[in-house]
Amino acid sequence: MILFLSYLINGISLGSIYAIIALGYTMVYGIAKMLNFAHGDVIMIGAYLSFCATQYMGLPAVASVVLAVMVCTALGIIIEGLAYKPLRQAPSLAVLITAIGVSYFLQNVALLIWGSTPKNFASVVSLRSVSLMDGQLLISGVTLVTVLANIIIMVGLTLFTGHTKVGKAMRAVSEDKGAAELMGIHVNRTISMTFAIGSALAAIAGVLLCSAYPTLQPTTGSMPGIKAFTAAVFGGIGSIPGAMIGGLLLGVIEVLGKAYVSTELGDAFVFAVLIIVLLVKPTGLLGKSVREKV
Amino acid sequence: MTQKKRHSSTKMVPAPSQGIIPERDLSERPVLEARHLGIDFGGLHAVEDFNLIIGKTEIAGLIGPNGAGKTTVFNLLTKVYQPTMGSILLNGHDMAGMNTAQANRLGIARTFQNIRLFDHMTVEDNVRIGLHNQTRYGMTSGIFRLPSYWRGEREMHERAMELLELFDMQGLAKHSAGSLPYGAQRRLEIVRALATNPSILLLDEPAAGMNPHETDELMNNILKIRDQFHIAIMLIEHDMNLVMGICEGICVLNYGKIIAKGTAKEIQNNPAVIEAYLGKQKEA
Repeated sequence: MILFLSYLINGISLGSIYAIIALGYTMVYGIAKMLNFAHGDVIMIGAYLSFCATQYMGLPAVASVVLAVMVCTALGIIIEGLAYKPLRQAPSLAVLITAIGVSYFLQNVALLIWGSTPKNFASVVSLRSVSLMDGQLLISGVTLVTVLANIIIMVGLTLFTGHTKVGKAMRAVSEDKGAAELMGIHVNRTISMTFAIGSALAAIAGVLLCSAYPTLQPTTGSMPGIKAFTAAVFGGIGSIPGAMIGGLLLGVIEVLGKAYVSTELGDAFVFAVLIIVLLVKPTGLLGKSVREKV
Repeated sequence: MTQKKRHSSTKMVPAPSQGIIPERDLSERPVLEARHLGIDFGGLHAVEDFNLIIGKTEIAGLIGPNGAGKTTVFNLLTKVYQPTMGSILLNGHDMAGMNTAQANRLGIARTFQNIRLFDHMTVEDNVRIGLHNQTRYGMTSGIFRLPSYWRGEREMHERAMELLELFDMQGLAKHSAGSLPYGAQRRLEIVRALATNPSILLLDEPAAGMNPHETDELMNNILKIRDQFHIAIMLIEHDMNLVMGICEGICVLNYGKIIAKGTAKEIQNNPAVIEAYLGKQKEA
């Protein structure tokens, strides 16, 4: 029982990271209707930035996270402006392939700058573990911070999209770009804003991910990126609560699968769940079914 | 003397066309002016040499057979399409190079032939989207909930409710737009467009799918909008009772070209219009 609880907590922790990454995928998809496969690599860049800031510049952990968030926000806006904006009218396949290109570009830039030797990422969280049930159940500081960050981000984003001008403009653009534009909303600006928010979240996710799993190399972002994408589809792509639920469920399924079924098949388990969900409910758990008007 | 000189110099400018109502006093600056407007799609001249002047508070109709290019004209005027020829002046400003959002902020708003509301948002939020261009609070005050955020939000709420009340929709404010009955959705589209504070409102087939009673109500509403907001209205409509009933000037389009302009009576007796709608009369 204790063991199960500790697996569950690990799952929630991993799931929270997936959820934060998935939010970036889902928001960008909802608004720009594109899959930004470079998102996972922004995570890796964020982690490297934080690593360099603490290791080489001697900045305190919190400052390194702030720096990573700021640089990644700028990076997101630049990627969108240089790579995706010129393709706004292009077929979605062209945009998808460009995104894959950007992904490889970022990985290779990281390879050039930081080399292929994995770096040992020192956790940015210095919080001590909390022990429950007479020390039988240990919850690490990273886990606590991750779950807390996830909750704060979720509440913040819900308030933002539901109650602010820019947030509502985002929802309007995601529902009908043309109509939103005719109501005076600057669509390009709204899309840049979405990329900025998504990339800022990616930086946070990167730091949290590497604090929990401290190996940092240029390909660090790709697998979590793909899994977070899976989580976004699982929860219903385009839906913010969907990304949250999808991420959490996926994390729990992965950890429990690895623990009770097979360590090697843990990842396969994740994708099997996705396939089953999509067969039963193609729009994902919270996905909106698209209504065709005849 | 100077008066006279100015007068003669305005005559020197090649008058693109007369206004829809020929006898109207054109000394007042028109709200909207299209000069030699045209667009090609590939080799097809979808709209050609479209000239139009719409005065302040004028209600103008744009009619024509299916495929004549009426919606294309609306798309040109709202900058959804960039014209390949000619220019558009809105309140005296040249709209060349503007995008749709900028055009809207300059004072042109529209509704759609097929309703395009933000279905998953509430009725009030739909109206608020329209109000956004007039609300100024920054990102920071939005995140940190500074007083300017609350003030901006309260003003938007009050204004949105005022606008909804005009069309007896205040009770529906919290409903999602997609769940409204058809007629209410059409009204909401008009309210949302009005919320952007336009000087001219374009209505694309506002009476489509309405019964005669609803059409009467719509006619009253259009007149009410003009009188309360003092704006010009241009509408595309196939319902001739509506067009002939409230439009002070009518413009007839066929194959992308204007074939007639004038008052309801003039249009009804115009042989070119009759031909466009009914075909050429055979010689007896």
